[in-house]
Amino acid sequence: MSQATLQIRRISGHAGPVPGAGVERAQTVCKLVDTTTCIGCKACEVACLEWNGYTFSETVFDNSYQTMPETAWNYWNLIKFNEHEREDGTLMLLMRKDQCMHCAEPGCLAACPADGAIVQYANGIVDFQQDHCIGCGYCVTGCPFNIPKFNPSTKKMFKCTLCADRVAQGLEPACIKACPTGCLHFGTKDDMTDLAETRAQQLREHYGFEKAGVYDPTGVGGTGVIYVLHDAANPEAYGGLPKNPHIPWVVRLWKGPAKWIGNLAMLGGIIGVALHYLRFGPKRVESAKDQKGGQP
Amino acid sequence: MSVSQVIPSPRTTGDARDRILRYTLVERINHWIAGLSYIYCLITGLAFWSPYMFWMAIIVGGGPAARFWHPWFGLVFTASVLWMYRIWRSDMVTTDADRAWWKAAKYYIRNEDENLPPIGRFNYGQKMFFWLMFYGATLLALSGFALWFFESIPWSLRWLRYLAVAVHVAAGFATIGGFIIHVYMGTAMVRGGFTSIVRGEVSSAWAKTHHRLWYEQVTKKTSGQK
Repeated sequence: MSQATLQIRRISGHAGPVPGAGVERAQTVCKLVDTTTCIGCKACEVACLEWNGYTFSETVFDNSYQTMPETAWNYWNLIKFNEHEREDGTLMLLMRKDQCMHCAEPGCLAACPADGAIVQYANGIVDFQQDHCIGCGYCVTGCPFNIPKFNPSTKKMFKCTLCADRVAQGLEPACIKACPTGCLHFGTKDDMTDLAETRAQQLREHYGFEKAGVYDPTGVGGTGVIYVLHDAANPEAYGGLPKNPHIPWVVRLWKGPAKWIGNLAMLGGIIGVALHYLRFGPKRVESAKDQKGGQP
Repeated sequence: MSVSQVIPSPRTTGDARDRILRYTLVERINHWIAGLSYIYCLITGLAFWSPYMFWMAIIVGGGPAARFWHPWFGLVFTASVLWMYRIWRSDMVTTDADRAWWKAAKYYIRNEDENLPPIGRFNYGQKMFFWLMFYGATLLALSGFALWFFESIPWSLRWLRYLAVAVHVAAGFATIGGFIIHVYMGTAMVRGGFTSIVRGEVSSAWAKTHHRLWYEQVTKKTSGQK
């Protein structure tokens, strides 16, 4: 929400270049979620609500430890819970902190038609600017992670800001601050990737999780939230984390080649009828007194 | 014909008896409801389409207002097109005369209308435009509901949102193509056409030239009353 102290890299629905882009270098920030040490305590959920000024809303009981089925416009951070049965028959209680992934190539921003309603700061945080939002919901269509949510009373979209306001002041996001097990880390993308890879290696070599790995999907250019998973080959088990997320091809077509084809076709139509008029002119009808009909 | 010659309009040509009713008042009102609601949807739709046209939303009250009204005006447009379907459907069926006319359409484009076979109340081009707008409006309305109430579509049915975007864009552009040609022909190319959809009347010369079969039909019917 606050962009006063953050440089902007990308602006949604913006004609022309981004003002001031590239004048200042910023470290890309990243949140690391180690699902192997998350205990599902939901302290991050509460911290998120507290910092962003939302009250705890009614929970939905669906036979699991999950607070509600999916994130909401006023509930940006949700621990997704899954009772996962492994091949050898043993059970695993998988908990994954679900929130905006802060994609390097954000589908929401690509789809958004409103000038400045979605920005990507130079530090990689993708943030909605509700005062520019028109409530069309195109960001929902563009997002591969089901994150942007609609507030029906204000007709604006909301989602996790990665606590851009805190980060701008040199603080870590509220969820990180609240985590009691240390499964959440915050820092530069490079540092977090190193830490995640080290942890994944540890899981592979010392804990018997041979498929342990880091989730940092390349289909969206990498994400500002990365996960350590016991089984990186099966991210779907972690509350439906998509295996190969990418901006939907319809959205890429719509915001890419279709734009040019459509605009050229419209221009071509206008030029076409103008040329027709210059070449052939109007159809004239003989005056009523001379009622032979037909063209002279 | 010399360029300097004054173009006769149905209102100024001949006496009152020379005028033939082409569009009833109700038809005209409905046409303009459709036209104005379409233009609103066009302006706001283009604003949502491209950042370089987002200023179009500003001139009609801003992005959020455009987002609010676009679907409602779309409903008005769809309703008026459905009403056109109800009253013009039988006029819009393709006839043998249309097929013959369409084969000679190049003469129409070149304004060599003396080489065209006679046609009824609407020519084949007008009929194609009607069906384009009818099917276009249907597709725009169906896909429009998915875009209007996007938040009601669950994540498991997200393909509906993708489909709706693709259909809405494709149908929108098909109607824009028709709209450009329709406005050009109705105002600049076929003189007298614009007046006929405003005041409803054409001269008998106009009717004879452009819609001979229709002219013969209506004059036969009304000749006794004259």
